[in-house]
Amino acid sequence: MVHALIFYVFSAIAILSAIMVISSKNTVHSVFFLILAFISVASLFIMIGAEFIGMILLIVYVGAVAVLFLFVVMMLEGNFKNVKHGFLQYLPFGAFIGAVVLFEIVIIIGAWKYKPNLIRVSSIPYNVSTTNTQSLGKLIYTDYILAFQLSGLILLVAMIGAILLTFNKRSDLKRQDIATQSSRERNDSIYLTDPESGKGVKVND
Amino acid sequence: MNLLIPEFALIISSLGLLMLGVFKKNSQKLINNFILVLLVILIGIIGVNYKDNQNFFNNTYSVDLLSNFMKITVLIAVIFTNLISSQYLRNQSLTRFEYSILILFSVVGMFTMISANNLIIFYLGLELQSLCLYILASINTTSVKSSEAGLKYFVLGSLSSGLLLYGCSLVYGFTGSTDYYVIANSFLTSGDALKFGLVFILCGIAFKISAVPFHMWAPDVYEGSPTSVTTFFAMAPKIAALAALIRFLHIPYANFYADWKAIIIVISIASMILSAVAAIGQNNIKRLMAFSSIGHIGFILAGLAVGTKQSLSAVLVYVFIYVLMNIGTFACIMCIHRKGAYFEKISDLSGLSKNHPVVAFSLSMLMFSLAGIPPLAGFFAKFYIISSIIEQKIYYLAVIGLISAVISAFYYLRVIKVIYFDQPVDNYDPVENIGIKFSLAVAIIFILFYFIQPSLLSNIADNVALNFK
Repeated sequence: MVHALIFYVFSAIAILSAIMVISSKNTVHSVFFLILAFISVASLFIMIGAEFIGMILLIVYVGAVAVLFLFVVMMLEGNFKNVKHGFLQYLPFGAFIGAVVLFEIVIIIGAWKYKPNLIRVSSIPYNVSTTNTQSLGKLIYTDYILAFQLSGLILLVAMIGAILLTFNKRSDLKRQDIATQSSRERNDSIYLTDPESGKGVKVND
Repeated sequence: MNLLIPEFALIISSLGLLMLGVFKKNSQKLINNFILVLLVILIGIIGVNYKDNQNFFNNTYSVDLLSNFMKITVLIAVIFTNLISSQYLRNQSLTRFEYSILILFSVVGMFTMISANNLIIFYLGLELQSLCLYILASINTTSVKSSEAGLKYFVLGSLSSGLLLYGCSLVYGFTGSTDYYVIANSFLTSGDALKFGLVFILCGIAFKISAVPFHMWAPDVYEGSPTSVTTFFAMAPKIAALAALIRFLHIPYANFYADWKAIIIVISIASMILSAVAAIGQNNIKRLMAFSSIGHIGFILAGLAVGTKQSLSAVLVYVFIYVLMNIGTFACIMCIHRKGAYFEKISDLSGLSKNHPVVAFSLSMLMFSLAGIPPLAGFFAKFYIISSIIEQKIYYLAVIGLISAVISAFYYLRVIKVIYFDQPVDNYDPVENIGIKFSLAVAIIFILFYFIQPSLLSNIADNVALNFK
């Protein structure tokens, strides 16, 4: 009963915030809602006993991707001067999302800590002697080795692509070449002449 | 483990060549030649172990006759793409070593797709392959059109991947497994639910083979990408996606024949009709080839929808002939340049017959073959498909196929008209590149003389179809 209640609260928040991600006009709000959706889903993962996946979701998506996203969106909206202004503008909204997240964390950690048997209602067979992380590691490097290696290749290709498409050597820039600069000799650039008066000097090239 | 040598060789050499390319300056040519030799050797290795079949990695990866046939076809497509495009890449100053390495990585992805016997592996192969293709499409960073093509392909491609993944998750949710055999066995317990998964997964695959109504990206991407990349797009990824589709329909969804037959027939009819009608208004030859490939995919799907061993064999023959026709056509397109500048308009072909009689003759033969006019190879491809359809008494499909073939003959013949009867504008550069000459010769000889011994290819395809499953 309590479990179902918690589940529905998290699911409702996840779905509502997912809808808000695509429907809100303000992009910064969208990113905030995206973070909220990620956290709710992570809580759902923790509720079914998949704490490893839940935590990874938090670290990778919330900690890295979404925050980076937020920075990009805030930067894109105006120039550097407006960042402080933007920060103040979004403070109340951010605080609201923060409050909801805090509420979620209190529920999930409270339940996890004080009523551990409340959480576990999954039908998946569960081996108590190994942790989730351990059993995932055992699976990834044995049964799913092919999938794991292929994912690695996909990430490598993504990296090659990012470098290939954004890194272009510009030939129109003048770059400093220290080696040639310091190996220059006096004779290379200076020569002395003794011009006759009225004739001038003929400079070669 | 012998059967996995091609995959291992591809992965190890692509990683090694990547290092070589990074640390050794101007190693593009060396890498390219190495890749060519490697791919030719791989055809040999696969050919030696052609008859063996075995499953690897807990049944997630299966090497069998079908996969070997398709892998050899992919390798042929990639080798000839490489031969055709070397001169183009040099002229367009796209000679970056990453180009060949990305192609090699995408071949790894295609091999995985072809052999995948598990939804996870299939998806990973598909992503590996398409990620390389997105990058290749936008590799010409100085051209707005190329960047646009890459972006468009990427956005639509990820949408379709999302659909496909949603379908996979539905199937996994209802059957509790991603293994093809387990899914096939659970059709009784969760039949209706699996149909939803089927629809989404078919949407994803239909996008990859650019079947109507998921074809929107094809003309723009074909036009915007560098021609060498278009050549690659027109052949290799489609073969891989078709192989994955065949396996997907015939193993996990073998018991849903009535359901997928209807879907495939609708997609196939739409593709055939749309390509026949929409290609008429095109004046860019790369866009024309995009619509032509949509039509050919329509024919291939019509063969798939029949679902018999005979039709599967017809599909395999069609795929092979389609690849060779495309090799020839794109080799001809690569010949159309004046003073190093390439032309893509159909009207630019005018007067080709005056200063390139051989190329003009080959291109017109290829157009006849694409239109399906006897006794060229393209006719046999269509003939096998239509006869397998009629054998199963799906007459309306055969009639629509024939009508669309007749309509599409119009735009193929228009190209020939421009080549032979329009006034020449200016002289073209002479064709000096040995790779283009060789590829064109192989394609033309195959297409012209296929009728002498048609059983050669169709026997192999029959054998593959009979031993499948």
